[in-house]
Amino acid sequence: MANLIRRGRIESGNWPRLDADGLTALATQKQGERDSPAGVLIPFELWRSKHDLCATLGTEVGVLIGDDDDLTEVAAHLPHAGLIAVHFPRFTNGCGYSIARLLRGRYGYQGELRAVGDIMRDQLFYLGRVGFDAFELRDDQDCEHALNAFSDFTHPYQASSDEPVPLFRRRVG
Amino acid sequence: MYVYDSIDQRVVDERVAQFRDQTARHLAGRLSEDDFRPLRLQNGLYIQRHAPMLRVAIPYGMLNSAQLRKLAFIARVYDRGYGHFSTRQNIQFNWPELARVPDILAELASVQMHAIQTSGNCIRNITSDHFAGIAPDEIVNPLTWAEILRQWSTLHPEFAFLPRKFKIAINGATADRAAIQVHDIGLQAVQADDGAIGFKVLVGGGLGRTPIIGQVLREYLPWQHLLSYLDAILRVYNRFGRRDNLYRSRIKIQLKEQGLERFLAEVEQEWSWSKDGPNTLTEAEVQRVASRFTQPAYRNLPASCEALQVQLVQDRSFAAWHRRNVHPHRVPGYAAVTLSLKMTGVPPGDATAEQMDAIAGLAERYSFGEARVTHEQNIVLADVEQAALHELWQEARGLGLATPNIGLLTNIIACPGGDFCSLANARSIPVAEDIQRRFDDLDYLFDIGELDLNISGCMNSCGHHHVGHIGILGVDKHGSEFYQVSIGGAQGEQASLGKVIGPSFGAQDVGAAVERLIACYLEHRDSDAERFIDTVRRLGIEPFKEYVYGKSHSSRTHRERQLASA
Ligand code: SF4
Repeated sequence: MANLIRRGRIESGNWPRLDADGLTALATQKQGERDSPAGVLIPFELWRSKHDLCATLGTEVGVLIGDDDDLTEVAAHLPHAGLIAVHFPRFTNGCGYSIARLLRGRYGYQGELRAVGDIMRDQLFYLGRVGFDAFELRDDQDCEHALNAFSDFTHPYQASSDEPVPLFRRRVG
Repeated sequence: MYVYDSIDQRVVDERVAQFRDQTARHLAGRLSEDDFRPLRLQNGLYIQRHAPMLRVAIPYGMLNSAQLRKLAFIARVYDRGYGHFSTRQNIQFNWPELARVPDILAELASVQMHAIQTSGNCIRNITSDHFAGIAPDEIVNPLTWAEILRQWSTLHPEFAFLPRKFKIAINGATADRAAIQVHDIGLQAVQADDGAIGFKVLVGGGLGRTPIIGQVLREYLPWQHLLSYLDAILRVYNRFGRRDNLYRSRIKIQLKEQGLERFLAEVEQEWSWSKDGPNTLTEAEVQRVASRFTQPAYRNLPASCEALQVQLVQDRSFAAWHRRNVHPHRVPGYAAVTLSLKMTGVPPGDATAEQMDAIAGLAERYSFGEARVTHEQNIVLADVEQAALHELWQEARGLGLATPNIGLLTNIIACPGGDFCSLANARSIPVAEDIQRRFDDLDYLFDIGELDLNISGCMNSCGHHHVGHIGILGVDKHGSEFYQVSIGGAQGEQASLGKVIGPSFGAQDVGAAVERLIACYLEHRDSDAERFIDTVRRLGIEPFKEYVYGKSHSSRTHRERQLASA
């Protein structure tokens, strides 16, 4: 089922999350036998310790981070990360919004930033603002309908990752 | 009154459209109750005991007459003909129908109002001093800053799903009428020696289950940094505030667990990268916001009005009202007036549609078409000519809005309690009414003097019982309603939290307990000038405790003794 929005487009394909065993299993499969997923998500600590192995998987790798990961550690490894996924355990847990804002604003991360977990249409406007450009929606969400969410508001007041200059600096006159 | 420009208007219009879509999806079964709940809460919509409850924002308490009429209209058409003004400068409607709430929001948007972030785990309605802009003791007019904060907090993309609700209050006078010490962030506008404006920043205050007085995070924050600094505090809270335990999720707990020093270090660290960035406020923006406020066209009047002096001598009832409900104004010849929503027999803070319409009329005729809502659940007409006070008083009296009890015992702050609120342990309204009846005698009430009595129906403390000179809290004992009584709380610069005097009382005994507290005070006060709270501070709670629970003669009420000796 198509549940991934990447840079404004709907894509299909689930990106499985790998733990240490899953990572070893995928890595040891023979090239030809691989039933390769479009990509995989690997938790930050695992990815950091098995960085070289991850690079041999022959599929896209996203680094999965959560509320408890130390962002300064993550930041130190940013140059090696092509894709970062931030996990939202529940949509009412908004910690990931600040993580995104910091990755983009403070640490200058420019690669793909994907919101995963309990993601639904009604968060997309805010998620897009703080710097996410990819969204793995919950299975029950209608992706087509969800695309409208990005235009819910025309002139938000605040500065954020999508618009670093707050409205008040563009409004005077 | 801040007047929207086309962008402000568009924000609220688009919010209505967004909520209309969400409601439609919910009603069509495509958005589950669990998913819908946080979304509707961010539009002030609760599902209460009897029906939904809609909380509408009145930013920093300011209303114009068109808005008041709209609220009256909503009360009449979508509700049961009345509304309840809350302790956070909001108004609540208790009986709206879910499917019609988007229409109500559209009605509100048509008069530049909304219900954005009046509930939910986000930045709530910014509150301020109800005498902002007119108080003689004002150092900085907080209204411009409150509006700047309103815009900054409205639909802030990063802070819509915080660990818990987040309340910000701002004050600009020497007296603190915004209760900044019991807010998640309290801002005191100050002026440096060179005239530059800045803010003293308090953090981690709050009532509720764990009442705490806020701590000073920064003595002086230059105004330019207001938004980036608040962003930094909120970001530290959003990242490290606790989400594992509802009761430990407020910023005050984070502060308590980390200690002020570590918390401050984190904020400073966070602030270091965003400070001096694009979020730095500009002179032009401050000017722009300030210039969008309507300015009352004050007349040149003498400081003291002779006609008023005569009326005060001739009319004793008017003089009593003037003493309690009329407040000084920085402009000569003007005064501010509190219309009391605390008439005995009416739930505190309730106003009927007819009263709201009438208040709109009074505002137009006497106060440049504007009114303010106070956190004590009354309405203020802020700019009344002194010569018109007597006439205004007569009109207000006819409307049941002239009870001369501001600052006195019967000006009870009370939450809706068990009659409406599904979280309540006990009812607040009948207790308030019982107490008001016991102190209905005006001479007696005036003799008792200044006293704040606050009632909450449960630990959530919407009635701010912790900071009442007398605080009453509804508790549940084996499934029946009981009330815990505390004394010694206070709001304002000398904020303090009340102490519980002893075992709780059944509903029928609370009123008598309050009477005994008052009798004890009257017996012990060293002069008329010593207020109840002063006596409690001087003597501690022991004498009161004894008086209330003791079996001796002293447990008879003042009234009983008066009767006995008569
Ligand atoms: S204090 Fe409790 S009972 Fe009263 S309104 Fe708040 S939640 Fe409801």
